[in-house]
Amino acid sequence: MKILSMAGRALLAGFCMFISFIVNAQTDMDAIMMEKNAFCVGPMYSYSSWKNYWEGTLKRDNENLGTVSTQMIGMMGNYGISRKLNALFSVPYVKTKASAGTLHGMDGLQDLSLFLKWRALEKKLGDGKLSLFGIAGASFPLSDYVADFLPLSIGLQTKTGSARVMADYLWGNLFATGSATYVLRSNIDIDRTSYYTTEQHITNEVKMPDAMNYNFRAGFRNHRWIAEAVLNYWNTLGGFDITRNNMPFPSNEMDATTAGVNLKYVLPSLPQLSIVAGGMYTVAGRNMGQATTVYGSFFYVFDLSKKSKSTNQSSKTN
Amino acid sequence: MKKVFIFSMIALAVTVTVFVGCNKDISGRTDGIGALKPANLDIDAGTWKPILLTAPDEFAVPAPSATNTPDYIAQVNEIKTWQANLTDEEKRIVNYWSGGAVLRWNEILRELVAKHNLPPYQNGDGTYPIPSAANPLAYPQFPFANPPYAGRAYAYVSTAQYDALVAAWHYKKLYNRAAPYKVDSTLNVLIPKSDLPSYPSEDAVVAGAAAEMMKLLFPGDQDYIQLKVEEHKHARLIAGANVRSDLEAGEALGKAVAQKFVARARTDRAGTAVGTPAIWKQLEDDCIARGEIPWYSLEVPRRPPMLPLFGKVKAFLFDSATMVNLIRPGTPPLTKSPEMADETAEILDFVNNPTRERIRIVHFWADGAGTYTPPGHWDAIAAEDFIPKNFSEVRWARNMALLNMALMDAGIACWDAKYFYFNPRPTQLDPNIKTLTGIPNFPAYISGHSTFSAAAATILGHIIPERKTAYDEMALEASLSRMYGGIHYRSDCERGLVAGAKVGEYAIQRAITDGAE
Repeated sequence: MKILSMAGRALLAGFCMFISFIVNAQTDMDAIMMEKNAFCVGPMYSYSSWKNYWEGTLKRDNENLGTVSTQMIGMMGNYGISRKLNALFSVPYVKTKASAGTLHGMDGLQDLSLFLKWRALEKKLGDGKLSLFGIAGASFPLSDYVADFLPLSIGLQTKTGSARVMADYLWGNLFATGSATYVLRSNIDIDRTSYYTTEQHITNEVKMPDAMNYNFRAGFRNHRWIAEAVLNYWNTLGGFDITRNNMPFPSNEMDATTAGVNLKYVLPSLPQLSIVAGGMYTVAGRNMGQATTVYGSFFYVFDLSKKSKSTNQSSKTN
Repeated sequence: MKKVFIFSMIALAVTVTVFVGCNKDISGRTDGIGALKPANLDIDAGTWKPILLTAPDEFAVPAPSATNTPDYIAQVNEIKTWQANLTDEEKRIVNYWSGGAVLRWNEILRELVAKHNLPPYQNGDGTYPIPSAANPLAYPQFPFANPPYAGRAYAYVSTAQYDALVAAWHYKKLYNRAAPYKVDSTLNVLIPKSDLPSYPSEDAVVAGAAAEMMKLLFPGDQDYIQLKVEEHKHARLIAGANVRSDLEAGEALGKAVAQKFVARARTDRAGTAVGTPAIWKQLEDDCIARGEIPWYSLEVPRRPPMLPLFGKVKAFLFDSATMVNLIRPGTPPLTKSPEMADETAEILDFVNNPTRERIRIVHFWADGAGTYTPPGHWDAIAAEDFIPKNFSEVRWARNMALLNMALMDAGIACWDAKYFYFNPRPTQLDPNIKTLTGIPNFPAYISGHSTFSAAAATILGHIIPERKTAYDEMALEASLSRMYGGIHYRSDCERGLVAGAKVGEYAIQRAITDGAE
């Protein structure tokens, strides 16, 4: 591989809710692995915005918000502990803004995400190759940002732990990858001493429902290019609907189905460097903004092995 | 690398296990408070000064049957039969209601306020629908429990409960019927025993008064309210606290007394506080005629001002002449003056340089849409401070009534000033001011939070003197939160605190003369 390892790196997470989760780079959802001691790292920028949103299941706009936009600058990396085991991280800085109304946007360092990605199995199957992965993840807030100011909060303050199973089938240059993830989410504390969901809670602690995420992607990949289509479904396992003309709340039942495309190109003259770009659109949702997201990124692969100072990692596709 | 791998795996496994292992169920701060065990029975509270009742026996309560009659013995046996097979749910409701009748009904009221504190969505033509008490379940549901509405609701429920309990205490002392566990020592009792006569039941009085009052205030939630009344009475019965006739007499008394408050509420002018398009226009024209910049709604489409005639509502603690002459604040800085420009610049500076601590303060006190409002927040503060005091139910009600009369009247005085001056919000004078909480849809001068909070802090500082400084600091923080949030000028807040403190003083005047101190 392994330049391609960063391929999906910049693939933004498939869902932009009222808050943006775009920073969950989808590399943890692709089948690409770094070589041992290779360290791939790079900055990423994304822009996401929505005008319409789902208040519960009712789709509406809001003249007192206009278009709500989220910009993210992040740093992401992937280190090859071994050929079969990679460690990934991402650190995002997020800024929100509403184009209309009077509400102040928010900005700050959001959540650090960490993943361990383990390729458990790789075998020939038919004319192609089947790989199975197990991925464990965790995330936690890097700052004391405000969660309870949706839709302008930069995040939800919840700590997460996630477990994912993923299967990838590569047939020549064509591939398909599918995964399912269970996301455990910790309760959060908000600045108020009491709040109403479907009943009054006399506490500042908010019970956060867990969530499932399903991701399917398919397309073309070789040592120079990746072009893929991605379908993602985020499903919060519980929570409640925004009531009529109310504001969103962190423990809402936020669901979203997004569809998007990703492209990655490895520079022939400098194969350590790759450029990544993509976009996605929210097809359906609940208690979510109907976001459109675009992003761009580039990554550089360093060889951290002691033996070799060279960065020759060219080569074969994964 | 193997070590790194193993270490990372263990770290992740631990993280995940912590999440999985962790019970996410949350509990409220008043869930596990235990049973109310009054430090003082206030046995002479029947002589305390009621608010609307002309005398504690204005509503008759029939003499109860003697405790040696077959009727009474049958009622005790009813309790015993229930107690033979108590479910976990029944034990739960006994615990819940034993925390205090006034407390629990205040919490229920706060919940209904929060549920209904949502501004209606606009019509297709850019006008806004107004909730109708005659059709409470149609959208927009009645009521829109905004801060003045909420303050008034808390006041009526609290005062009705207080008067009904004064009457109940009168009859308790008069008839002196002992609690069932005093009559029959073999009766199991699930709550702390008390020497207070049990007829009529103070719990049923509180529930009856609340439910009757809430028919007017929350007419679309009767199913929920009646369920709570039945649960409350059932909890007292199966706990062995009351026999059925204690409860029936108590509920009837509570309802009868509440009727008097319902009659007052129906004629206190709150029903017309919404105003009319002609009145809304007049407020604007009058302001322009004075040479000032009038308030405009900053919502899109422009929403009519919230309850512009709420300042005309009949207060509990003072008459309207007193309010205009002694409480209404002087003229604010003129909208085109350099002073106003300076005050606006100060707010712009606050919103452009928010610190996390200031945002915390803004959100801690915001009490905006979908919450129990600032009066509800002060009820919550008071309730959590009253719990460890172990007040009798009648003293609980009296203190809550004093607090909530102060809050309602603070709302009246504040709304009077708001619509007398009709001053714009900071964001109207400088659209660069982006706010850290929603801008309330009514004029700026004077700040509602400041007025409510100073009124509450003043009377609470009288009720719990050792907390006076703390309450004053809280009121000041609530006041400042509106500047930090970008929705009020300094003069709104400072003069709101002054007006609120004056309202609170009227509550203290009542407190020191009501016979309870």
